[in-house]
Amino acid sequence: MSDLNVGRTTAKEYHRSHEPIVWSLFGAGGMVVAFLMPAVVIFIGFFLSLGLVDNDAVSFERVIGFASSWWGKCYLAILIIPTLYHVAHRIFHGLHDMHVKGPGSLLAILFYGGSTLLSIFVLYLLWGIG
Amino acid sequence: MNSEHDIPNSSTMRVEVQRYRPELDARPWWQAFDVPYTNDTSVLEALQYIKDELDSSLSFRWSCRMAICGSCGFMINGVPKLGCKSFLRDYGALKIAALDNFPIERDLVADISGFVEKLETVKPYLMREDPSDLDTSVPISRAFNQTPQQLSLYKQFSQCINCGICYAACPQFGRDPEFLGPAALTLAYRYNQDSRDQGKKDRMPLLNAEEGVWGCTFVGYCSEVCPKSVDPAAAINQGKAASAIDYALNLVQLGGDK
Repeated sequence: MSDLNVGRTTAKEYHRSHEPIVWSLFGAGGMVVAFLMPAVVIFIGFFLSLGLVDNDAVSFERVIGFASSWWGKCYLAILIIPTLYHVAHRIFHGLHDMHVKGPGSLLAILFYGGSTLLSIFVLYLLWGIG
Repeated sequence: MNSEHDIPNSSTMRVEVQRYRPELDARPWWQAFDVPYTNDTSVLEALQYIKDELDSSLSFRWSCRMAICGSCGFMINGVPKLGCKSFLRDYGALKIAALDNFPIERDLVADISGFVEKLETVKPYLMREDPSDLDTSVPISRAFNQTPQQLSLYKQFSQCINCGICYAACPQFGRDPEFLGPAALTLAYRYNQDSRDQGKKDRMPLLNAEEGVWGCTFVGYCSEVCPKSVDPAAAINQGKAASAIDYALNLVQLGGDK
C-alpha cells in the first residue's frame, strides 16, 4: 500500500518568530565580549595584578569619578547589559541542545527575564552613582 | 613502488550493512560481509561488490560515482558521508546505515521526500517582479548581467547537491522535522543574495519563522559534514541577520512581512 501523500505538508502556515529581539541583544553582547572584554581582562587580570600599573590608577576616588561621568556610565552599561543577554541566550540554547526542557516557557522567562531584571538593576545602580 | 601505507591486493574488510526490508523485518538489523578492497575502493564500490557478488537483495541509491549527484549519502561509522567520496583505506572496519533523521524506505535507502518538499517550499528559482522577464516562449531579448562581486555573494551557497547529509547531521531537524533545515535555508538565502532575483519578499516569511532560520542553534555540524563545503551554518547565520533586519523594518512599518 503506497500513499503518495504521506508526509505532505499542504499549505503550511509560517509565523514570524520574535527571536530577533533576543538574538540582536545576543549579537550585541557577542561584539562587546569580543571587543571590550579582552581589554578589561588584560587590564584587571594582568596589568593590575602584576603591578604593571600603579594601584592608584584604580583608587576608589578615580573609579567612582569614572562611574559618575556620563560616558563612564554609558561604558559600564554597554559593557554589562548586552553581555548579560549574550550569556542568557547562549545558556538557554545550550540547554535546548542538551535536551534540558522546562515546563512551558519557564526557562525562557528565567533567562531572558533574569537578564532584563539584572539590566534594570544595573541601570538603577548606575543612576544612583555620583 | 609501494609505501608502507599501501594496501596489498588481497586485503578484505569486514563491512556491516544495516538492512531493513519493510515486508519482512520488524526493525533494522545488521548484516556482515567480507569485502575485498584496494587502495582506491570507495564505500559505494564496496556496496556494489556486495550487491553483485554476495547478496543481490541489498538496496541503496547511487548514480554518478563522483560526488555530484548527491544520491549515495549514508551513515558511515556514524558520520553522514557520501559513499563515493569515502574510501575503505581510511577505515579499519565499516558500519554503513541509512542517513539519520529520515524514515528508512528499504536497507540504505532513506525516504528524503520531506527534504525535497522543503527545498521546493523556499521557492528556489529566480523570480522577477515583471513576469515577462522570465517568459520562455519568446527569444531572450536581454541579458541579466552579474559582476564577479555579485556572483561571489551566493556562489558558495549554490554548490549544494541536495544529498541530505546536512539533515542527517542536524540535531534540530532530528528533533523537529518541521524545521526547514540547513540545505533549504541555504538555498533560500542563495536566491535572496542573487542580484537577478526579486523574490526575496516571498521567501522572507519562511526564513522569519521558528521553522526557518530561528530553529537553528548554530551547532555547525552541517557545515562540518557537507561534502561540497557549502557551509550551510554560515548561510543560516547570515539569514538570521537578514531576518533580524526584516523584523526591525516590519516593527517600524517600513517593510517586511506581517
